[in-house]
Amino acid sequence: MGAAVTTLAYLVASVCFILALRGLSHPETSRAGVVYGMAGMALAVLATLLRPGMEGHAWILVAVVIGGTIGTIIARRIQMTALPQLVAAFHSLVGMAAVFVAAAALYSPQSFGIGTVGAIKTASLIEMSLGLVIGAITFSGSVIAFAKLQGIMSGAPISFPQQHLLNLVLAIVILVLTVIFVATESHVLFWLLAILAFAIGFLIIIPIGGADMPVVISMLNSYSGWAAAGIGFTVGNLMLIIAGALVGAAGAILSYIMCKGMNRSIINVLLGGFGGETAGAAAGPGGDRSVRAGAAEDAAFIMKNASKVIIVPGYGMAVAQAQHTLREMADLLKKDGVEVKYAIHPVAGRMPGHMNVLLAEANVPYDEVFELEEINNDFATADVAYVIGANDVTNPAAKTDPASPIYGMPILEVDKAKTVLFVKRSMASGYAGVDNELFFRPNTMMLFGDAKKMTEEIVQALAH
Amino acid sequence: MSDIAQRAGEIAREAAALAERAQVLALEAAAAAQPAAAVAEPFLFLLTIFLLACFVGYYVVWNVTPALHSPLMGVTNAISSVIVVGGLLAVGLAEDAIAQVFGFLAVLLASVNIFGGFLVTHRMLSMFRRKGS
Repeated sequence: MGAAVTTLAYLVASVCFILALRGLSHPETSRAGVVYGMAGMALAVLATLLRPGMEGHAWILVAVVIGGTIGTIIARRIQMTALPQLVAAFHSLVGMAAVFVAAAALYSPQSFGIGTVGAIKTASLIEMSLGLVIGAITFSGSVIAFAKLQGIMSGAPISFPQQHLLNLVLAIVILVLTVIFVATESHVLFWLLAILAFAIGFLIIIPIGGADMPVVISMLNSYSGWAAAGIGFTVGNLMLIIAGALVGAAGAILSYIMCKGMNRSIINVLLGGFGGETAGAAAGPGGDRSVRAGAAEDAAFIMKNASKVIIVPGYGMAVAQAQHTLREMADLLKKDGVEVKYAIHPVAGRMPGHMNVLLAEANVPYDEVFELEEINNDFATADVAYVIGANDVTNPAAKTDPASPIYGMPILEVDKAKTVLFVKRSMASGYAGVDNELFFRPNTMMLFGDAKKMTEEIVQALAH
Repeated sequence: MSDIAQRAGEIAREAAALAERAQVLALEAAAAAQPAAAVAEPFLFLLTIFLLACFVGYYVVWNVTPALHSPLMGVTNAISSVIVVGGLLAVGLAEDAIAQVFGFLAVLLASVNIFGGFLVTHRMLSMFRRKGS
């Protein structure tokens, strides 16, 4: 196959990748989009294998079969509640693959046409170090994100004195070493750079707390794209550059949307420590105020007599795996003529769009699920807001109390509903460590218990 | 009348002369630009493509409905694994055994991601159903 044909195939593959993203603008077109993505990938791999002079097909087959089998098994078995950690794990693989390709380019530059060992083009060395460093940061950062999400590591932010100074020093050292590496093409320096980049990726993520994970995952998604683009520059492959840029842009936009959903800057999230001990202390006062607690039968009675119920799911619903029971409850209510809608906050859950997937898994039709801007005006006309596993995203303090750490964050205005039913394990404050004024309002009824068990009890009460 | 015809003829001659000069200038400019382009071309060319792709990504992704942000992550994850091409070239074209080993590992990791990423995205999307279907 001639070089022109290969390039053409790469171009077509790039277009397929763009169409794959384009398809996601609507659920109906999204499935076709993924097929485009798969076709693009297959074309890219085939065109590469058919390049003149390619050997080692047996080895490639072995690698693809092993990797493909592992990937397939994981993708089939993974629970939808565990999606965030799966995505984090996948990001780490892209990062590590980038490190390996950069190393391969260093040890055998002639295969990529960027010079010979000891005489690699300067521009290629710069691009190689970029791909290497971003790839390594993506890898170690994603491993930490995975460990936090999977619960292997505490989700609490880990901070120590002079942390940011250490990161700064490391970054400067990496920069200086990169310059020396580009000048000398030293293999030792290459691996030293890799180790330092692993270290900084690790250090960047450990101070970031569990509920900031939507931002972290989006950011790592973006990094994995930039790493691929960096490798694309190194080996002079246009398709890699295009795909990397697409992914990088996607991750950056998601990070921006997540930050906006919390009214925080990306810098603020990266500096980390949010929701640590300092904020936890603020939860003290207010403990002596009284709340109205109710039983499942009360909740069932109220909802049965309502004409409009809006369900607000949060991470707690995912943890309790309550989405299926929740849909049963909604079905029973609908049978009684109650209008049921779902309201999703942008940062609900541990990754962007996580709640939508969980609800879809429980067979909730997507046209009953609404985003914050779409549904916020509806709360005023709703009889019941059923808040399950969410807290901070409903806290009116975000609008009224300038001293609150979450001030300015867009919230779901559940307080405007006639009755607010709050399913919660205990009176503990939310992730941000702020008391929720809503608990003490006269029109709020607290339903203490596990999200799934409580919803099950309501279902039983409704069925009678 | 002949006056006007004469002037028109003059103008035409002038225009022809100008065109000739412009052509010479253009040739000179092209000759001057050639070495510069040859030096800057590879990187600038790649950078151009990169920036344009960033813009395409930016506009396409803003159109993604928020409900599908998780599948978006899944599919971008799979797409970034196109880095597998780098690994394939390392295995297939390298003469250095170390480089081949790195290439092999890169292909293996990227394959996990390609299969896993696309399949999990497909799984997610197949759950999104409209009311009544």
